[in-house]
Amino acid sequence: MDTNQYLEMFIEESKEHLQACNEHLLELEKNPENIAIVNEVFRSAHTLKGMSATMGYEDIANLTHKMENVLDEIRNSRLHVTAELLDVVFVAVDQLEEMVLDIAAGGKGKLDVTDTVQKLHKIETGEVIPVAATTVEPTIVEDTTPTQENWLTYDDYEMTVIQQSVEQDFFTYEISVKLREDCLLKAARVYMVFELLEKMGDVIKSSPSVEKLEGEDFDEIFYVALVTNEPSDDVQKKLMKVSEVTEVLVNSVTLEQLKKRNSFEVDKVEETSVVEMTDVTEDNKQIVEVKSPEKSPTSKNNQVQSSKTIRVNIERLDILMNLFEELVIDRGRLQSISEDLHNSELDETVERMSRITGDLQNIILNMRMVPVETVFNRFPRMVRQLARDLNKKINLEVIGAETELDRTVIDEIGDPLVHLIRNSLDHGVESPEIRLAKGKPEEGTVVLRAYHSGNHVFIEIEDDGAGINREKVLKKAISKGIVSKESAQAMSDKQVAELILSSGFSTADVISDVSGRGVGLDVVKTTIESLGGSIDISSTEGQGSLFSIQLPLTLSIISVMLVELGEEIYAIPLSSIIETAIIRSTDILNAHNQKVIDFRGKVVPLVFLENVFDVPRESTDDEFHSVVLVRKGDKMAGLVVDSFIGQQEIVLKSLGAYLSSVFAISGATILGNGKVALIVDCNALIS
Amino acid sequence: MTETAVDYENLKVVVFQLADKEYVIPVSQVQGIEKLIYITRVPKTPSFVKGVINLRGVVTPIIDLKNRFGLGESSLNESTRIIIITLDDMDVGVIVDSANDVLDIPVGSIEPQPEVVGGMEQDFIAGVAKIDSRLLILLHLNHVLNPIKSGV
Repeated sequence: MDTNQYLEMFIEESKEHLQACNEHLLELEKNPENIAIVNEVFRSAHTLKGMSATMGYEDIANLTHKMENVLDEIRNSRLHVTAELLDVVFVAVDQLEEMVLDIAAGGKGKLDVTDTVQKLHKIETGEVIPVAATTVEPTIVEDTTPTQENWLTYDDYEMTVIQQSVEQDFFTYEISVKLREDCLLKAARVYMVFELLEKMGDVIKSSPSVEKLEGEDFDEIFYVALVTNEPSDDVQKKLMKVSEVTEVLVNSVTLEQLKKRNSFEVDKVEETSVVEMTDVTEDNKQIVEVKSPEKSPTSKNNQVQSSKTIRVNIERLDILMNLFEELVIDRGRLQSISEDLHNSELDETVERMSRITGDLQNIILNMRMVPVETVFNRFPRMVRQLARDLNKKINLEVIGAETELDRTVIDEIGDPLVHLIRNSLDHGVESPEIRLAKGKPEEGTVVLRAYHSGNHVFIEIEDDGAGINREKVLKKAISKGIVSKESAQAMSDKQVAELILSSGFSTADVISDVSGRGVGLDVVKTTIESLGGSIDISSTEGQGSLFSIQLPLTLSIISVMLVELGEEIYAIPLSSIIETAIIRSTDILNAHNQKVIDFRGKVVPLVFLENVFDVPRESTDDEFHSVVLVRKGDKMAGLVVDSFIGQQEIVLKSLGAYLSSVFAISGATILGNGKVALIVDCNALIS
Repeated sequence: MTETAVDYENLKVVVFQLADKEYVIPVSQVQGIEKLIYITRVPKTPSFVKGVINLRGVVTPIIDLKNRFGLGESSLNESTRIIIITLDDMDVGVIVDSANDVLDIPVGSIEPQPEVVGGMEQDFIAGVAKIDSRLLILLHLNHVLNPIKSGV
């Protein structure tokens, strides 16, 4: 069987499971006694092991197997969760992640894991407290596919899976499937059988091994062990529907039998009758009810969810988006044509089409929305590691991880956030001694928060650390020549705080490995601004700082106001426009060589776009001026244009790599008439 | 580019005219030749950047090659063509007086440009080839199409 078609799914799911491992391990660190969490980790590791073994990635399977053994020991209360133990497990998860990434990058997923395997092994065996009453003999199985004859034997870990599934009301069946002697495509039948089985539950074991089955290296009969919650009759009936399958025997097995079989090395088991089976399972149910009243129904939930969502390659969504962008451009063209023609039927149709494309646009944009969780997920681990490296005690609180953002923004926002969090940890939160001396709790808190507001998403990083030291920042900024001594005195605390974002600035006295890498926070600012967002800092010395990032919901289609300048048309993003106004020439005042207007009691500087953009034309002396009032943060400016054309949805396009950064132009768009219009970058025009 | 030229015995090139001289660009780097369409001026860019065009939905920057070489402005007319060049994932259109020929030139006939002092264009020339009585100038596109950063 060619596994290539499953590769993508394997990678995606592996990532998810590893992420789940990470999350649960972190939780476990906080509640070392909570066995339920261990079970969660175990489940993820187990699935990962199964998948990787099927796909032929031995190193991953091997490592997960060892990891599971250790987890199992914890679960059976033979090992206690310690920071050292978790460190090793974290390393294992890291290596797994590395291998999965390698596979994703087209590699073979090979990595030298012997060291970690040994460490895990040591933990597993070295500290085993032999308890006479334990039910499962802890035998270390090096070979994950033990040789077997007819019926199945299970290694330690598979036993655990069975035990666990019994606890969760699942049945374990041993199924023998007989194919017709003249069956031509045995592998295909095997595949169909496995597909059916996997729909019903989890295949935990097969004999011969899956590889051999796929290679048609068996006679007519093969055996599988299935964990499912379906009755055995159903399983049998479903399997019999596969053509060329002549006989299906489904036997329920219980833990006791398996243990007996294992300990006496009996290969053949008396076939248990169906009647017996039902009795046994009922017994088990009772046990479950007594044993674990708080069992988690996760696996069942997963099955329900999977039928409601599908995985779509992001490339396909990108193609859909691109096609839709073309449609939006043509919609614009149609609109302008129908306006010229004044044909009521055409107008009606175009209007209807506009409405439908508008709905379509919402759906497509929604499809591209991804919860910021995908980015936030990696931070708990990072913070834990960093806090250990820095000898600080830090608690990371994540709020609003379900907030959704466009995929493109998500892809870009990771690095800036890493930078800011590192910054907060390194420079913000003080060491425990200093914190205690200052009367703060020993453990610092960093809050990572995301929320929607209007057409924007805000991501905030707040710490209760030292805050920004005004004097220190100013001293540094002056020494680096970023501000002059004179202007420094007049600066507000906020302005001072924003200095740390300017290029060539780094306040750490000692360049640390954590955040002082020579690239300052200015990189963060640049990235965020390139995404059409902005960053804002507020800080109280001694109390902590708050970095607030404002991001647009989406990048590709935005609403703009089209304006005319001479013969040229420019687009101003609606998101930065406050309002438009028409002012008289006589209302324009002069203040220090800067033309300003008094707008609703506020003095607003005017920017004459025709001068900024050197529009080629003879200057006109109009009595009235059209002004677009735009803002950046709490600053405002009035952009003077010739006339307003109107509001339109446009598709944002870049000017191409050749013109990578043009002053005050953030991109371009194609208008209804096929011409290109430039998009004004208001942020650059407000100083 | 001469690097690509080494591998082949013959280099297929597009020939275009610019101020009575004939220049060539390897066909492998030419994406297409377009007639003149509406160019949107981009402010605050060097004078040889004419602006951007809508090339079938892709916003493509256009430069005036004559201006780039310091040979004055191109006068735009019926025969004016825009050659779309792809270079390192970057699409750029160049305005030329006319483009009307595709030639195979033997790699061996390409010589390094003669050492002549002066002229802004010498930095842009990768070599010259003499075919029959024609003198063809092979352009060094990496130098000609150096990305512009005017905003910083």
